[in-house]
Amino acid sequence: MKAKIIITPKKAVLDPQGKTVQTALEHMGYTGVTGVHIGKYIEIDLAPGTDKAAASKALNDAAYKLLSNPVIEDYKLEIE
Amino acid sequence: MNFSVLQFPASNCDQDAVHAVRLFGHSARLVWHKDASLGDTDCVIVPGGFSYGDYLRCGAIARFSPVMQAVKQFADNGGHVLGICNGFQVLTEAGLLPGALIRNRDLQFHCENIFLKTATNDSPFTSQIPAGKILRVPIAHGEGCYFADEETLAKLKANNQILWQYCDATGNLTDSANPNGALQNIAGICNEKRNVAGLMPHPERACEPLLGSDDGKWIFESIFAALKNKTVAAAA
Repeated sequence: MKAKIIITPKKAVLDPQGKTVQTALEHMGYTGVTGVHIGKYIEIDLAPGTDKAAASKALNDAAYKLLSNPVIEDYKLEIE
Repeated sequence: MNFSVLQFPASNCDQDAVHAVRLFGHSARLVWHKDASLGDTDCVIVPGGFSYGDYLRCGAIARFSPVMQAVKQFADNGGHVLGICNGFQVLTEAGLLPGALIRNRDLQFHCENIFLKTATNDSPFTSQIPAGKILRVPIAHGEGCYFADEETLAKLKANNQILWQYCDATGNLTDSANPNGALQNIAGICNEKRNVAGLMPHPERACEPLLGSDDGKWIFESIFAALKNKTVAAAA
């Protein structure tokens, strides 16, 4: 089993990396790009047979406390 | 006065902080991140550096170290805590100070002298800074852009919690004097109770004329004065 956590900067937070990449894409001729947001992707391996609901609860807790900073970041959790 | 200077793996301004405190005749000792107690302490300095390699986010791992639980308790009991640079990041991650520090807006690491305006003398960290004095102190960071949501920012202003702001040589809060894109040119803040403060610049690196500036001493003098008043009050 695997948990995937995608962390992105909150919309109100300055994202200079995203802006720089967006400018680079424009310079390369890629049109229609209206925004680039750069975050983090974390993969967590879980023991086979782990209870999905319990894992989801624990990982949401961990994502809020450690893996993301709720002041500046949002996260999305998927368990598969 | 007894200062405790925390030491995390990859702290690199810990010795500078110890040196600055001793320079003014006070005692300072290093406290290892695995220690669960601070011992006899009047003030804690969370120093600059790259605690735990800045892994995940600056300060994110350090906040869970045993010593930070002791610092939290110390602060909750009214103890004075100053976070410098990475120490500021650690204190925001630990929830001891509001907001967060994010990547500098130009994505560059800035290592230079900047000018600081003291926004209020009403704090244990700024009380002795002469009125109108512009402090010249160094910065050295890649993630020093202060961010807080609008509600938090309004609260900071309403409570006079903004202590220092980046300015030009004559004290104007201009955008070009802002090295990292911090909201409202914020370089340092304190908590609502005013006993915990953090700033990105390094006052401990500017306490002797030999180092190019001794303006940092005013911040230390403010802390010494606050601790002295506290001791007098406790004895009375």
